[in-house]
Amino acid sequence: MSKSNFTRRGVMKTGAVTSAGLMLPTYLRAENHTGFTNAPQGDTVKFGFNVPQTGPYADEGLDELRAQELAVEHLNGIGDGGMLNTFSSKVLDGTGVLGKKVEFVTGDTQTKSDVARASAQSMIQKDGCIMITGGSSSGVAIAVQGLCQEAGVIFMAGLTHSNDTTGKDRKRNGFRHFFNAYMSAAALTPVLEKVYGTDRRAYHLTADYTWGWSQQESMAASTEAIGWETVQNVLTPVGAGDFSSYIAPVLNSGADILVLNHYGGDMVNSLTQAIQFGLKDKQVNGKNFEIIVPLYSELMAAGAGSNIQGVYGSMNWNWQLQDAGTAAFTKSFGEKYGFPPSGAAHSCYVQTLLYADAVTRAGSFNPCAVVEALEDFDFDGMGNGPTSYRGADHQCFKDVLVMKGTEAPTSAYDTLEIVEVTPRAQVEYDSEHPMFAGGDLGACNPGA
Amino acid sequence: MLGLNSRDFKLFAIVCIMALVAPILLNPFPTDSALGQSFNAGYPALMQRFVIFGILAIGFNILFGLTGYLSFGHAAFLGMGSYAAVWMFKLLSYNVLPAIVLSVIVAGIFAVVIGYVSLRRSGIYFSILTLAFAQMSYQLAYSVFTPITNGETGLQVYNADPQILMSPGDPTSPHLFGITMNGQTQVDMGGWSFVFQNGYYLAALFLIASFYLSIRIFRSPMGLMLRAIKSNQTRMSYVGLNTKPYMLAAFVISGMYAGLAGGLLAAMDPLTGAERMFWTASGEIVVMAILGGVGTLIGPVLGAGLIKYLENIVSKINDGILHSWFSFLPDWLDNLLVTVIHPFIGKGWHLTLGLLFMAVVIFLPGGLVQGGQKIMGLFGRNKKSDAKDGAKTPAE
Repeated sequence: MSKSNFTRRGVMKTGAVTSAGLMLPTYLRAENHTGFTNAPQGDTVKFGFNVPQTGPYADEGLDELRAQELAVEHLNGIGDGGMLNTFSSKVLDGTGVLGKKVEFVTGDTQTKSDVARASAQSMIQKDGCIMITGGSSSGVAIAVQGLCQEAGVIFMAGLTHSNDTTGKDRKRNGFRHFFNAYMSAAALTPVLEKVYGTDRRAYHLTADYTWGWSQQESMAASTEAIGWETVQNVLTPVGAGDFSSYIAPVLNSGADILVLNHYGGDMVNSLTQAIQFGLKDKQVNGKNFEIIVPLYSELMAAGAGSNIQGVYGSMNWNWQLQDAGTAAFTKSFGEKYGFPPSGAAHSCYVQTLLYADAVTRAGSFNPCAVVEALEDFDFDGMGNGPTSYRGADHQCFKDVLVMKGTEAPTSAYDTLEIVEVTPRAQVEYDSEHPMFAGGDLGACNPGA
Repeated sequence: MLGLNSRDFKLFAIVCIMALVAPILLNPFPTDSALGQSFNAGYPALMQRFVIFGILAIGFNILFGLTGYLSFGHAAFLGMGSYAAVWMFKLLSYNVLPAIVLSVIVAGIFAVVIGYVSLRRSGIYFSILTLAFAQMSYQLAYSVFTPITNGETGLQVYNADPQILMSPGDPTSPHLFGITMNGQTQVDMGGWSFVFQNGYYLAALFLIASFYLSIRIFRSPMGLMLRAIKSNQTRMSYVGLNTKPYMLAAFVISGMYAGLAGGLLAAMDPLTGAERMFWTASGEIVVMAILGGVGTLIGPVLGAGLIKYLENIVSKINDGILHSWFSFLPDWLDNLLVTVIHPFIGKGWHLTLGLLFMAVVIFLPGGLVQGGQKIMGLFGRNKKSDAKDGAKTPAE
């Protein structure tokens, strides 16, 4: 190697100066140690909105992002305030959160757990976010929830419907407002019993992953309880595109109901192909053949077009509800973006406000204080009627909507109609129900 | 020094220094400045990815760069390594040492099996076979082997897991004999703030070791044999030499590097999912190698760093940030600039990467390394020796 010119004196001098330089800031820093991760400094606080902006769930993700930006505007006192005017808790006054102006950063999860976690880590480590919200897939939501638990920040889940999010993968720092597969089945079944009777034979096509299975398990259990028979359950690969080879056998199976446990683009494809095969015009066992899609969203309904007419499903929330909270939110969202919000957008909007409210009531950004404020919190005026966050598993309990594809749509947004608002008592379950058992919230983690 | 010639040693020393002072180098702008909030990359999670994907790319380069065999399924080994590591966390304890060791071994075993079958063919058939194996692994992990892999939800450690070696006082996150991976020291200096994280330094040490091993392989008789296979495998067979064992050795070493990277990913963040094995992940590794410079020592590491930088930094720039940069300009110019740049930032980072990739392949077939050499050639004092260096580097 080349010759070096280190002298003993030079090394000592440099060493002394460097170590003094390194020690000084550490010493100065000691006084503002706050006891939890990313304690807001100065007069701003930062939220992280981590949604899929590319990939199969990008439509849902971008709609979530719009709602989150709207929530931040309302928290900072811009615009008409939206649901802040109808929310039963009145501590938020449009001056930010605890007097700090709300800022946000966005990230793209690409609907991949690894990318979502990388994005969330960058929000926590680089941008100093105190809370993360978003997620348009249960796998991603569960992955990011685990990360937030370890890092010591709060995760307010967006669109995630699998039982596991608040079942076996529940975490103390994570909260879910959206409903789940069990609640879908519990709300849908009585309506199905009423319109299709008790003597039916159901054939399930199920997306082959956690969400699909829990959806199928829940639907099979609740429909069998009213006397239906499950003929067969066929698992289909996610993103298959062509479902014709799965639909053809349905015709000869003797089933008179087809349950499509699919979501997003898969549901649009499988439903369209089922209609093209003429399933809905068939008569089997002397009854009309029917199709059911347990989980609906506006974006899927728009994608499937006229094929969804008369098809039953369930939703967490819909903009056509008549209460004051829904009206206020739909109005401010519509004025800003020019179209009604989706259910996923509503959930993310509400989650952001609920977090801000919990911080204000707790008087601190400390995650443990926020957890305490949110657990067993009862509220109203957020579009779902009286709602409560159960402390035992951090799942929100509220009414569930049973929807049907509109038979004669009058506008581009008139794709689904509300058949019944299933009361909350009917969809409640024990936190240690077999479909949810095995989870452990653990202790709250404030990080740092 | 260290069994390297002086040129290799210089390169090795540069890699060592860069890896060790990365937390400072990657934070060139003050933390609270607009540039710092957008372009600083010196936070632990991203730096870990730089070095871990660097290890992956170094390993891939031993196969692709030396023998010219393009494996299109390398992500499978990464995923298997991760699963092995997380299972070690679940069964034994959060100590990363058994996890990383097992991840390398598991990836090595699978590489022997997959390599033995795939290496019966060469060229495009080899690539397709490896791709098929990787997609098969992905599908198996996604649904068939759900009890082992936890399917789409991803494998993670639960409080109820056995963790038989765990004693009550142990940290509840990955650690190396008590030194937690997410433990860190933050140093604030003026407007700058540097974070030195234990996990990053563990990964960086593995990168340095991997890089050293890769140099030794490149310069060894075996490396020469592998290059000979690249230039004319048929002739090698005709002179009576069995090339299979060398190929298989290169494939297995390369797979073990990927397994090490997978194990380290799990050690930094104890969760893994099947999408780590998806074919796009394999494709990304190929792009990393080509972007940086196939067959060069440092190229793949640079390529890996560039892709991860774009993915994490450019994808987070949104219109609001652009407006704040150009706020000093008149409104119409501000809006015009934002409209022009908009497709290339945020969710459009793939477009930026694509254009960059095309530019590199067309104008710099030797990758970023060739670009660096050209710049050195322009400004360098002794052009003669640089020209000689350039000639040494394979030109694809």
